[in-house]
Formats: sequence, C-alpha cells, structure tokens
Amino acid sequence: MAQTDVEDVHKAHGVKPEAISAIPLRHPGRWVAVGVIALFMAMGLHTVFTNPRFKWSLQWQYFFSAQILHGVTTTLELTVASMAIGVTLGVILAVMRLSANPIVTGAAWFYIWVFRGTPLLVQLLIWANLGALFPTLGLGVPFGHQFFVKQTFTIIPSVAAALLGLGLNEAAYMAEIVRAGIISVGEGQAEAAASIGMRKMMIMRRVVLPQAMRVIVPPTGNETISMLKSTSLVAYVPYVELLFATQNIYTRNYQVMPLLIMASIWYLAITSLLMVGQYYVERYYAKGSRRQLPLTPLQKVKAKVSKFGVRR
Amino acid sequence: MAELMVSAQKVHKHFGRHEVLKGVDLSVPPGQVVCIIGPSGSGKSTFLRCINHLEKIDAGIIEVDGDLVGYRRRGDKIYELSEREVAERRQRIGMVFQHFNLFPHRTVVENIIEGPIKVLKEDKVEVVARARELLRKVGLSEKENAYPASLSGGQQQRVAIARALAMRPKLMLFDEPTSALDPELVGDVLGVMRSLAEDGMTMIVVTHEIGFAREVGDHLIFMDDGVAVEAGDPRDVITNPQQERTRLFLSKVL
Repeated sequence: MAQTDVEDVHKAHGVKPEAISAIPLRHPGRWVAVGVIALFMAMGLHTVFTNPRFKWSLQWQYFFSAQILHGVTTTLELTVASMAIGVTLGVILAVMRLSANPIVTGAAWFYIWVFRGTPLLVQLLIWANLGALFPTLGLGVPFGHQFFVKQTFTIIPSVAAALLGLGLNEAAYMAEIVRAGIISVGEGQAEAAASIGMRKMMIMRRVVLPQAMRVIVPPTGNETISMLKSTSLVAYVPYVELLFATQNIYTRNYQVMPLLIMASIWYLAITSLLMVGQYYVERYYAKGSRRQLPLTPLQKVKAKVSKFGVRR
Repeated sequence: MAELMVSAQKVHKHFGRHEVLKGVDLSVPPGQVVCIIGPSGSGKSTFLRCINHLEKIDAGIIEVDGDLVGYRRRGDKIYELSEREVAERRQRIGMVFQHFNLFPHRTVVENIIEGPIKVLKEDKVEVVARARELLRKVGLSEKENAYPASLSGGQQQRVAIARALAMRPKLMLFDEPTSALDPELVGDVLGVMRSLAEDGMTMIVVTHEIGFAREVGDHLIFMDDGVAVEAGDPRDVITNPQQERTRLFLSKVL
C-alpha cells in the first residue's frame, strides 16, 4: 500500500528516481555464527539419533500410556485450578493494596510478604502436614465452643493441599502483577468514569481493569507457564501428576533418563500450546490501543498464499 | 429549581502546604455560561474540579442545584456524604477534560452509552438512539463504531462532550477543553460548545480562548494565585480591565 502511494506521488510529479544500485554491506559475523550453531546442532542431533540410551521406542511406548495420560490430565487440572485461585485472589489483594483503608492495605501487604517470602515447596509441605499442627479443624465461637469438628486430614486431602499451596502462593505474585496493571492506567480514566457518576467498584470493573489487562496478560502468561511446571512439586505432597506418574514408572523399570525426557517433552508440548493461547488473549486486549492490529501468523500465511496465487 | 445552579463561597483548598484556592466566590444562575481565565497555576482547574468533588475543599461552601457538594445538611449540622451519594450527585454534573479521557477500549458509541446504561440503568435501545442523536449534533455520526485512538483530538473532545451530555446533566464543566488541540481543530469544539450554550445549558468553562469567553460567556472571572481577581461582563473585563494583574495577563494572551 505504502509503496504504491509513493509511486503515485512520483508519477504526479514526473520524477521517479532510479533504484539505488550499491554494493550491499557484507555480514561476515553472520556466517561465523551460522557455522558454530550448525556444528552444535549437528552434534546434538547426532547423539539424539545414535545414542541407544535415549530409548526412543520405550519413550514412545509410555508417551500415551494410561498412567502418563492421567498424570498429564491432573497436571493440567492443577494448573487451571491453581491459576484460577491465584488470579481471583490476586485481583482482590491488588485492589486491597491500593485501598485507602490502611488496615486493608497492611493486611494485603502482610499476605504478599508471607507467601512470596517462603519457598513454594515448603508451603506445599506445610499444607500437606497441617494435621501435625492442628490435628482437628472445626467451626465455632472463637476461643469457645465448637459445633463442628473433623480430622484435618479428612478436610485437607492431598489434592486440597496441592491446590492451597499452589493457588495461595500464586495469588501473592498475581497481586503484584495486577497492581502494576492497575497503576499503569492513567488517573484521568478513573476521573472521567467518576464524572459520569460511576462508583469505585464499577470504575475498577468497567474502566480500569479492562485497560490494565494489556499490562497484566503477558506476565500472567508467564505465570501460567511457570505454574504448569511448578505443579511437578506436588509430587512431594504427594499427589499424582505428570512427574509423579513418571517416577512411578521409572522406579519400577529403572529407565530414569528416557522417562524424564519423555515427561519434558510433554511439559514442552503443553507450554507451546499455552504460548499460542497467550498470543490470542494479548491480541484481544490490545483492542482500541492500536489503530490497526498486526496480522496473526495464520493470517500472514494466508495472505502470502493468496498473493502467490494472484501472481501466478 | 434552585435560584442558583452553582454557588460557591470562600472556597479554600491546599495541597500539602501549598494553598491553591484562597477564598473563591462564584454564583451561576441556571442557563448562564461562566468563563474562568487566568495563568496556569492560578487554581482555576482545581476550583472547577471542586465543583463535582473530584477535589475535596478544605474550607468554604459549594452548592450545586441547592445541594452541598460532598456533604448533607441536616438541622445545623453537616454530614459527609458516602461514596455512593457522591457518585449520585455527580450524575447531574457533566465534565469535559483537557485530555478528553475517553475510554480507549470502547468504541465511540460505547463511550457515550456507558453512563446512561450502567449508572442510570436506562433502556439500551433508547440510549443508543440518544447517543446517535448526540453524535449527529457534534458532527460525528459516521464515527459511531470507531475506537478513540483512530480519531483526531478535536473529534475525541466532541465525543467526550457527547458522553457527558448523554447523562442529561444540569450543569457542564469544561476544563481547558481546547488546550490539547491543534489550532485548526479548536474551532469545531468551540462550535459545539457554543450551540450547547445557545440551547440554554449552564456551563462553567476554564479556558484560554478569550474570543470564546467574549462572544459566548455571560460572565467572566479572572483568577490569579488562588483568588478571583476580577469578575464581570466578559466584554467589559476584556476591553477595560480594572485590575493591573488582569491587564497584564490580557496583554500577553490577546
């Protein structure tokens, strides 16, 4: 488009200059880089295909086995559920931290301090072993009579420990991400919304958060990918997910490396899918912030193909 | 209807130690257009923002349409309004900002219908029809489904005016509505404001457009250093200022 405009202008003025014919700049560094990287890639591929200890056929044999698929499903469920807890609680904490009420701000700050300041694995183990600290949990009057008492391990089975550990930890990180998003939206937006009579909650929901999403989505995508991998820590709760299922197999057949590589391939595959999802979510929230959205990779390919067809 | 749409007495406001408003008075009868001029930092924008409680005043009284701004009078005591009540009072006061502040994630028509539908809970079909009528009035009918980023500053400001009018306000506040615009776009916005004034809207306009103040304004206030230095009929104040400070300011901007 732009090119034809320039041509039109030249035509109108009757002065189309000749195309520049200069000797192009050489890039010897690029060729060196190509050589080095090609060498490393060749070495890598060589070992992957010739080293029999990778046991590709064994990996393939387990890749879609019932045990592994169950592990993959659980890993996905844990990721989705923990992120849901993390995002929901994170938004609440972020709004609390920006509140005018100093007690509320302080409470949110304390939460983030505790849950961001201790390792996730430690938190998971604490949730899993809560029964050692509080053998029973109950509902009742504080410091008084309890109406409802149960054994802790019945209330917090390992799946709950996993979700609490992952979700509550994630909330601390999400809170900071959401807060960054909220403060990235100009004050004028909240003022304009207030001037048409909106109340604070509605301003947050209808005006500030949708715009904050542009800043919130990319790091949240990171967090989701990070969460997918963090679910492997749940193997120590213990709760059966992809890593645990993999360990179950290799403790019986001692094929540690092939099965760990197989698990890595699964993690990589899911991560790649998540990246595609993130791309489209980001695009959705870019609405209105750019005059024209760039084409998606798929659209680019389609455009190229159709252009090719026309030329032929 | 109250005798005065806006009445302000001895309004004081400070940010930290800096006193921005040092006792400003103002009376605006319904249907009048009051223009406030003055150098930057004179407190004119702050004063305007106090009228719809975007800023809280420290001393003095502001009443809009007979109600205290930010407070409720019962007997001889005044009570601070809740967040909900403050928001409800703002529904009757439209505001137009220097930097437009349109919602960038919503189209032009969505910007306009947001308040009537979400705040006033009005019927969507009727509100959309009203929004189209307002867009026709400000000369932007064909931009209904555009996003603000694709509009020029002058177009955005006219949409912002339409957004404020969609709430059917009794009073419109304009905070330097043309200061962020290219000179060639100023005329369109001033034209919309002029026809609004002709329709009888009560308006308070903080502006640097002396020509607009003279031709459209019913009353002019010159503010400097947190006080209203001079006030009166715009033609008199502009052609024959009584105060030295007013004269100095006008000699620079005219």
